[in-house]
Amino acid sequence: MQAFLDIFDIYLLEAVINGILLGGVLALLALGLNLIFGVIDVTWICYAELVMIGMYAMYFMVQYYGVSYFIAAPFTILLVALLGAALHYLVIAPLLTAPPINQLLATGGVLFVLQSFATVAFGIDFRNLGIRLPVLAFGDMNFSYARLLSFIAALVGMVAVYLFMTRTFTGTAIRAISQDRQIMALMGVDTKRIYIITSALGGALAGLAACLLVLQYDVHPFVGLSFGPITFLICVLGGLGNFIGGFIASFVFAEIISLGGLFSDLEWGYVLAFAFFIVMMFIRPAGLLARRR
Amino acid sequence: MTRQAHLAAWAVGLAALVMLPFVYRDPYHLHILVLILIWSFAYTSWSMMGRFGLVSLGHGGFMGIGAYVTALLWNHLGLSPWVGIPVSMVAAGALALIVGYPCFRFRITGHYFVLVTLALSGIVLQVITATRDWTGGSLGYTPNRATGNKLWALQFDDKTTWYLVALAVWVVGLVVWHWIDRSMSRYALEAISEDEDAAAAAGVDVTAEKLKITLISALMTALAGAIYCQYQMFITPDTVSGIAVSLQMVFAAIVGGLFVSLGPTVGAIITILLAESLRIGFGTRAVGWDNLVYGVLLVLFIIFLPKGILGSLLERLKPQRKPSPSS
Amino acid sequence: MLELRSVDAGYGSFQALFGVNLEVKAGEAVGVIGPNGAGKTTLMRVISGLIRPARGSIKMEGVDVLTTPAHRIVSLGIAHVPENRRLFPQLSVDDNLKMGAFMKEARHKYAERLEIVFELFPRLKERRYQMAGTMSGGEQQMCAIGRALMSDPKLLLLDEPSAGLAPVVVQQVFELVKRIRASGLTVLIVEQNVQQVLRVVDRAYLIEAGSIRASGSSAEMLASDTVKEAYLGV
Repeated sequence: MQAFLDIFDIYLLEAVINGILLGGVLALLALGLNLIFGVIDVTWICYAELVMIGMYAMYFMVQYYGVSYFIAAPFTILLVALLGAALHYLVIAPLLTAPPINQLLATGGVLFVLQSFATVAFGIDFRNLGIRLPVLAFGDMNFSYARLLSFIAALVGMVAVYLFMTRTFTGTAIRAISQDRQIMALMGVDTKRIYIITSALGGALAGLAACLLVLQYDVHPFVGLSFGPITFLICVLGGLGNFIGGFIASFVFAEIISLGGLFSDLEWGYVLAFAFFIVMMFIRPAGLLARRR
Repeated sequence: MTRQAHLAAWAVGLAALVMLPFVYRDPYHLHILVLILIWSFAYTSWSMMGRFGLVSLGHGGFMGIGAYVTALLWNHLGLSPWVGIPVSMVAAGALALIVGYPCFRFRITGHYFVLVTLALSGIVLQVITATRDWTGGSLGYTPNRATGNKLWALQFDDKTTWYLVALAVWVVGLVVWHWIDRSMSRYALEAISEDEDAAAAAGVDVTAEKLKITLISALMTALAGAIYCQYQMFITPDTVSGIAVSLQMVFAAIVGGLFVSLGPTVGAIITILLAESLRIGFGTRAVGWDNLVYGVLLVLFIIFLPKGILGSLLERLKPQRKPSPSS
Repeated sequence: MLELRSVDAGYGSFQALFGVNLEVKAGEAVGVIGPNGAGKTTLMRVISGLIRPARGSIKMEGVDVLTTPAHRIVSLGIAHVPENRRLFPQLSVDDNLKMGAFMKEARHKYAERLEIVFELFPRLKERRYQMAGTMSGGEQQMCAIGRALMSDPKLLLLDEPSAGLAPVVVQQVFELVKRIRASGLTVLIVEQNVQQVLRVVDRAYLIEAGSIRASGSSAEMLASDTVKEAYLGV
């Protein structure tokens, strides 16, 4: 009995730590989505599909053309950043004065397009990088090196965004724009340009997430569906546009998924997360409503 | 048009639709008609909420529940769809209430509502996939062929019967639409979609009204899922649940126009004919091309024709009804 | 320096300005007075490009303001302190000032301008890490003016700088306007507080129902019967 408890505790601790590691990548995704919502006031439903395209880019560069992972990563980030900017320029910008719901649905159309594009171009096979990263052992606990790397890279990415937002003129404008859109011109700010930059930044974050997720998961055209919904829940629970709320909610959800996965499949972890979300809405709506609209 | 003439037009149209399969028997065309009727019903169900500004992307979840619960009860418990369908509808309705209540009670609207419902349909898809031991996961699921009474099993081999079933269901959808149209709830919900606070101040029970329409919409969507499953005899999580199906409903409703009763039907006709001709046009040589073109067209639609085809046409036909303020 | 010729402007079908002619010479301080809803704020917005006139011309040092994109007008040397200050309430004072120096021409002078602004408003330096929205009305007005000064403008547009402030603070604000003037800046100021503003400016325009009704030096305006009756309560 005692031995059983010991092992159980170690599994539990391992799951908790794995949850934290997963939280890093989720926080990256939530940050990107929140950034775009906060600045442009639009939700990219297709955000996870941008990540999917990035994962394919990584796969093809690394696996097909033999580019080293660390050289392919910056290219992928750049590519998805360009995709984000293009998405804004082609789809969102023409709809800026349309009802918000139309903007949101248009990005839903893009979701369709990206998924079917991936199906047409890459087929529906599951593909992976084929990079086997070592497993780190601490005592009796095992952690995948990929997860640790992802966590660190996600943190570095978030710190970089933080520095950009606080230290640069453009970053300050990005923070200012949601507080008073009309007077931005008086500051000499071209809001259109800020929107494009923000969209590219949001894309870059999706690109970074893609580089990290491809280390742990197979890529297929519908891979976005496995972490898109969870990202939306995180953003709603943390408050759309609320960076800190999103950050905290990411780790809460990651823990639920990780601990839920301890007892059964990962999918049940998601179900648990959704149930938790509904319960939270009942008991702490104020947390949800913070900084709404 | 007077009321009598209006009713007469509907009656004649309906009679013509009922007689159609007895004079025209091309099975492929009937098949397409059945699909159009079933999906029209589903899109009409969605539009019940959508027309009042409640944009839900969770309907893929309700439809999936309708289809899978009915099929699972039949296969595992031998429960007839005549019992299974109501059970599945109750399940979908219960889920709608559980998710809807906190959303409406705590004024979760706009982006927030869309994202919560979006997550809902994503989660239903996950559950169906996760319970692959029972549901077959992403490979799909087939209700067992009936060995005895076909009517008891709600399985028919001929298209004509299915056409009539689908037609009946579709008519029910339109009747519910008109019933809501003439009820007090319609005014309450219109007031809510204009300004929730003002409606509440005027004595409208916002939460109750929204819950009512959500419940009706979810029940009907589950029915659509169940009928679809009985007709096709094969379902996969991707065809009856998930985000893609939810988006498909929204798009079709928008394409047709969701503020007129026949708008969703027009949307279904256009989107299904489009998808079908793209599918045939591209053939088997490139899977996914049809969806790619479809997606691009949808995006263009939202950008250039947001009121929908029927909506825009009607607007052009009767511009005198509401004189614009500038003239 | 600034020249408006028969400017018509409005919002949608509502016209707020009718054939306004107005001129501000370099080094001058000019006031615009008039009742609520006369079009004073619209006038300011038209100059800084927040709204575009239906007809007429606006020139800043010979450059056509109307063909300049809105976000480039500040580069012509026009800084607008909008009505109700319009600070970014959830940004620090520092960040608000930083936004004032956003345009390329101002960025390399940022440190230098910051020093000038802090010298003018020592209070802002004390509060520099505070959220702008948590300061008092007077401090916020200082911050708004400071933000406008960050762009090193030639012409400062002040829209109702005394609105909503306590009498003592109003006094301080007008003192500041005087000091800013003395530093060589050209000022165009819109005010309801006629008595105060006429003590600060060289000339003034009286605007009513969207048209210029009268103009003249401060002394003339103070002596004018129309102004006296309507605005000075004499």
